[in-house]
Amino acid sequence: MVNPHPDLTTSVIHGLGWAYLALFLMNLVWTIRVYRGHTEFRSPELFGGMMIPSATPWAVYSIILFLLSLVHLITNAAPDTFMLVMPEFAKNFIDGFADPTIFFALSVGLMAAVIYFRETLVKPTVAWTILNMMLLFTTFSLTDYDFRQIVGKPDNVPIVSMLYIVAFFTWLYFSRAVENDKRKAEGRPLFEQEKNEKILVWPDLVYTELICMIALTVILVVWGVVLQAPLEEPASAAKTPNPSKAPWYFLGLQEMLVYYDPWLAGVVFPSVILGGLMAIPYIDFNKLGNGYYTFKDRAFSVSVFMFGFLPLWVAMIILGTFLRGPNWNFFGIYEFWDVHKLEVLNNVNLSEYFWIKFLNRGLPTAADIPNFISANVPALVTPVVILLREWLGILLTLLYLGVAPMVMVYIPKFKEFFFRMGFVRYMVFTNLLLMMLALPLKMVLRWSISLKYIVAIPEWFFNI
Amino acid sequence: MSVGEYIRDSQLWKSVFRHPAPYDRRNRVVVMLTNFFLHLHPVSIKQQGIALSYTWCMGGVTFFLFLVETLTGVLLMFYYRPTLEWAYNDILALRDVTTLGIMREIHRWGAHAMVITVWLHMYRVFLTGSYKPPREFNWVIGVLLLVLTLLLSFTGYLLPWDQLAIWAITVGSNMARATPFLGYEGPGAQLLNIGGYDLITNASDARFLLLGSRFVGEATLNRFYILHCVAIPLVVALLIAIHFWRVRKDGGISQPL
Ligand code: HEM
Repeated sequence: MVNPHPDLTTSVIHGLGWAYLALFLMNLVWTIRVYRGHTEFRSPELFGGMMIPSATPWAVYSIILFLLSLVHLITNAAPDTFMLVMPEFAKNFIDGFADPTIFFALSVGLMAAVIYFRETLVKPTVAWTILNMMLLFTTFSLTDYDFRQIVGKPDNVPIVSMLYIVAFFTWLYFSRAVENDKRKAEGRPLFEQEKNEKILVWPDLVYTELICMIALTVILVVWGVVLQAPLEEPASAAKTPNPSKAPWYFLGLQEMLVYYDPWLAGVVFPSVILGGLMAIPYIDFNKLGNGYYTFKDRAFSVSVFMFGFLPLWVAMIILGTFLRGPNWNFFGIYEFWDVHKLEVLNNVNLSEYFWIKFLNRGLPTAADIPNFISANVPALVTPVVILLREWLGILLTLLYLGVAPMVMVYIPKFKEFFFRMGFVRYMVFTNLLLMMLALPLKMVLRWSISLKYIVAIPEWFFNI
Repeated sequence: MSVGEYIRDSQLWKSVFRHPAPYDRRNRVVVMLTNFFLHLHPVSIKQQGIALSYTWCMGGVTFFLFLVETLTGVLLMFYYRPTLEWAYNDILALRDVTTLGIMREIHRWGAHAMVITVWLHMYRVFLTGSYKPPREFNWVIGVLLLVLTLLLSFTGYLLPWDQLAIWAITVGSNMARATPFLGYEGPGAQLLNIGGYDLITNASDARFLLLGSRFVGEATLNRFYILHCVAIPLVVALLIAIHFWRVRKDGGISQPL
């Protein structure tokens, strides 16, 4: 019987052959570049400790890629006997990490590592090696049926490319920033100050623009020819697809729905994000770092922005697109999207923790409030019961947004902020920062103590 | 006289381009000042202002994609009818039978690309600190453009009227139901009632305003079509004009002091 979900087919093998050929060509160019640089390195003592041209390992690597490509392109083997597939144990190992906790920790850790090791990372050899590893991993993963299904969806192709493009531009930023920081420390002019003559827009800019426009047109046409725009079955209000996903650029917001209710995740937080973005120029009082790339001059603001953009926005979109399957369950990249996968959810509200687990009694009811209220103003009964029930969560929320900023003044950096910004701006700034941290905070609370809501007032659709 | 010279010497040519070809310095200046499209640019510019490694060209690419979307979008409008009866079938025909049906592909991939490039543009503007004085307000306009770009994409998502479309829009617009005070499942909406009558119901809340109905239906299709093809593009075009104007007025692309 033919396997309906084959990991490999003849055309996939051939496609991979072309992919390896492209990788080979890329690395061939790179090898030549390195060779022209005439650099050498000393091999480990184990291999005799002699001087080897730096191009040698790249040449060897390129040859391996070429052979790989040949093997894929000329093979006659039946697809299911072809050996070069991602082994099951590797898939299971990687899928073993499929968990929002690990994913989020990894993406934050990755960003921190990039910032911390930026000076190593910007070295072209290091960056090229990482790029190769990323590409090899993606290519090799394509030998898995489920991975191919999700990554190869025409609508998802731009998202995969976005991952590479964002990585590239982040690298470009750091390479320029590290360079400038070094120049500044040595008292040399900035990169942007060298070679900064006035030149005529015609021809220099208009021709650049023309070339860009032609290149983009070609890219769009080729993209349009190769990938057909998706068209599913006609709309039907009766058949709800599972999973139902928002358009890809909103998947970060949809992911927030796991932790916060729609009024926060869908309305308040998006508004805060936009308001916060607009407020940036009025909050950032640092005059340095205007018009040139730098990290040192604005380490704090760049780190905060990157935290918002990379782990909280881009990584959440990746997560929502590739790792969230039916019932919004979490799936590994090689895992089949099983509609029947069960995830046990028994999350507990803070008020339940307090009244039931801690005080060992039931949640407050109308019987718990003083008689004169129910006797005189019966309309107040429900609100008072609710306030009594939720007082701890309400208090914590108020402390978080109202009092925490004042406590943060004891951090030297924030003390400086306070004096430079004045009270109002400082409050706006810290509140924006705290709201940004509200998502990771709730995630951690959910994962550690299964917290559902900090304030739970379903009667008023007011859950936090 | 070569053919080229003959053409450039004709009255017709000269009536369009009021100066000789931009081969020498003088005419390279004049061309920038007399050509409507080129006058968006200054005559001369600092080298860093056009260095790809500085600007990443992402604002320019976003603008170009906006133009591509406008052009392909207009072509698609000739073909597409936003009604329950025709919407899906017209898209189907674009795929299967229509000459130049590839416009739909270009339009869709261009839209995805534009969302990404506008983010990257913002990323670069942040990383070069270009939002700092005097460019604060242009950053604010930029954020508005960012929202509108996303909304353009969102409203367009519905138009093919397939399963992907209506459910993505359903998921997205369900959020509006929870708007504080203005959504009928939002906190505070219950307070808005007069003499026992709720002001905010599922037929009068923010979501209803967005969809023109209690669910994603024909009224929604019409609403999104007009937002997508007319209303939002007009606003975006206006804001882009202001954005570009201000880039010039704020002293061109940011430079180290
Ligand atoms: C439809 C969307 C947009 C278009 C077409 C657009 C276009 C442009 C262009 C062509 C430039 C010239 C420099 C360059 O290419 O980098 C520019 C500069 C600028 N843009 Fe945008 N932009 C858009 C959205 C945004 C967004 C989302 C932001 C920020 C949130 C923004 C903020 C700025 C600022 C502050 C400058 C001045 C940069 C400098 O002087 O270095 N723009 N924009």
